[in-house]
Amino acid sequence: MIIFENVSKSFESYGKTVEAVKNVNLQMEEGKIHGIIGFSGAGKSTLVRMINLLERPTEGKVILGDTEITLLSEKNLREERKKIGMIFQQFNLFSSRNVYENVAYPLKHSKMKKKEIQDKVNYLLELVDLQDKSLAYPSQLSGGQKQRVAIARALAYDPKILLSDESTSALDPQTTKSILKLLKQLNEKLGITIVVITHEMQVVKEICDNVVVMENGEVVEQGDVFNVFANPVKQITKDFVDSTSNLSKIHELIEEKVSITKLKEGECILKFTYLERNASEALVSQISRRFNLDVNIIFGNIELIGEHPIGGLVSIVSGEAKNITEAIEYLRNKNVGVEVILDARVSA
Amino acid sequence: MQGFLLSLFPNVLSKLPDFYESINDTLIMVGWSGSISFILGLVLGIVLTVTKKGGILQNQALFQILDKIINFFRSIPFIILLASLIPLTRLISGTAIGVDGAIVPLVFGTVPFFSRQIESALAELDSGLIEAAQSMGSGPIEIIFRVYLKECIPGIARGTTITAISLIGLTAMAGAVGAGGLGDFAIRFGYQRNQIDVTYASVIVLVGMVSIIQIVGNTIVKKNSH
Repeated sequence: MIIFENVSKSFESYGKTVEAVKNVNLQMEEGKIHGIIGFSGAGKSTLVRMINLLERPTEGKVILGDTEITLLSEKNLREERKKIGMIFQQFNLFSSRNVYENVAYPLKHSKMKKKEIQDKVNYLLELVDLQDKSLAYPSQLSGGQKQRVAIARALAYDPKILLSDESTSALDPQTTKSILKLLKQLNEKLGITIVVITHEMQVVKEICDNVVVMENGEVVEQGDVFNVFANPVKQITKDFVDSTSNLSKIHELIEEKVSITKLKEGECILKFTYLERNASEALVSQISRRFNLDVNIIFGNIELIGEHPIGGLVSIVSGEAKNITEAIEYLRNKNVGVEVILDARVSA
Repeated sequence: MQGFLLSLFPNVLSKLPDFYESINDTLIMVGWSGSISFILGLVLGIVLTVTKKGGILQNQALFQILDKIINFFRSIPFIILLASLIPLTRLISGTAIGVDGAIVPLVFGTVPFFSRQIESALAELDSGLIEAAQSMGSGPIEIIFRVYLKECIPGIARGTTITAISLIGLTAMAGAVGAGGLGDFAIRFGYQRNQIDVTYASVIVLVGMVSIIQIVGNTIVKKNSH
């Protein structure tokens, strides 16, 4: 368990005090993947660097398991850091060392014998699928391969926690996917707690169990990924949800008076969204049959978070006004969010 | 061959033992003051780098003092340094003349320059690597030896090459305290006695030395850049 208690961090910059992180209280469960999302300057990197104390909080406590890490001496802190792996956006590999030597870096001068180090490095390289590259230098590797080396290096001491600072932001979408998959596998296989910093919603959706949304140094929303993204409260969370969904595009279309949005009498545009993990029922056909409605889907955006679908549909519904109203009621009772976007119902 | 050389370098061949001795003197001066300066300059360059603002052992007071001392010594023309250091030289080497008397001022003339070269070589290091090393539990000493010095070998080799070559230039002035060496040899005979072939011969040997240093430096840089 990673616990932040009233943690704040301020910097002096050009004579002004900048509060990078303000009074954060957080608990991150062991064995899960936690996402910290926010725009640049939101304080995510600072927050995560306070887990291994690359940044020291100006106030508050950081507790890992039963160790209050903020109280450790320099020497003990260095030992503790070995149990916390970290990977970076720019990979930060040693260019003068080949892949093998990079991964062996943290193990040198440890109590391990040469043979043990060799076995360990080979095991780690196998884990990240790079056995055949052990003699290559970082400059000869692609971005994805570099990040794999960095992951292997970060795992050298069998850490309990892996911190990932925008580790996929410098990679193309394909490679991003493969790195995220690897992180997920490591989490499942080794039970390692992973803290992922990102500004990309996709990353959170793909692998995280929990999410922390940050804005201006504060934690504005947190919780289970599904719950946070199915019912976003703060505007910034909504923005992030919208960033990977095209459902909000309907508003633009209406503003631009695109022909599809010109409703005939008796029609209305509705937006359905999943609020709970219940998307197994065939609700669209149900309302169409039960209330004698025509449902014409114009946008859909449904993704799986874990095994639960999230997202929704924007559709034009036509039928009798009374039936539409009843259908909306019916869906709301089934815990589907219904928003009336444009209304041309005819009241009979 | 002998005749051909005699026609080209009559004055050199007439004082061949002196010529060899001056080559030897240059090598001794460059070798000793170079080695001493390398170690001192490396240490000072590292201290400057780590005590700087944002460095891994930030210490503003130490940095400022060192920075000013280095600037002070760098601003003194070498020939003046040579003369003004005589009492100190006598204290350290027991004499202020000859090759032994030249080594102390040569070190003083070289170390400040070389420590700046080291400082700028180490500044090339991506700060992300230091962060990564810290995140793996490396302490300051480990970071200095395993990250700074290891990762910056190409830059250090370049700085060393430049410094060694400029050190050869400085030894020419050491003749002012009777240290001998090729530069002094060329001035005394080639310039003052107008034996132009002596100058040519000295220059040819110096070009050879500089080329060897440059080649060795380039090889080290090449071997360590990946």
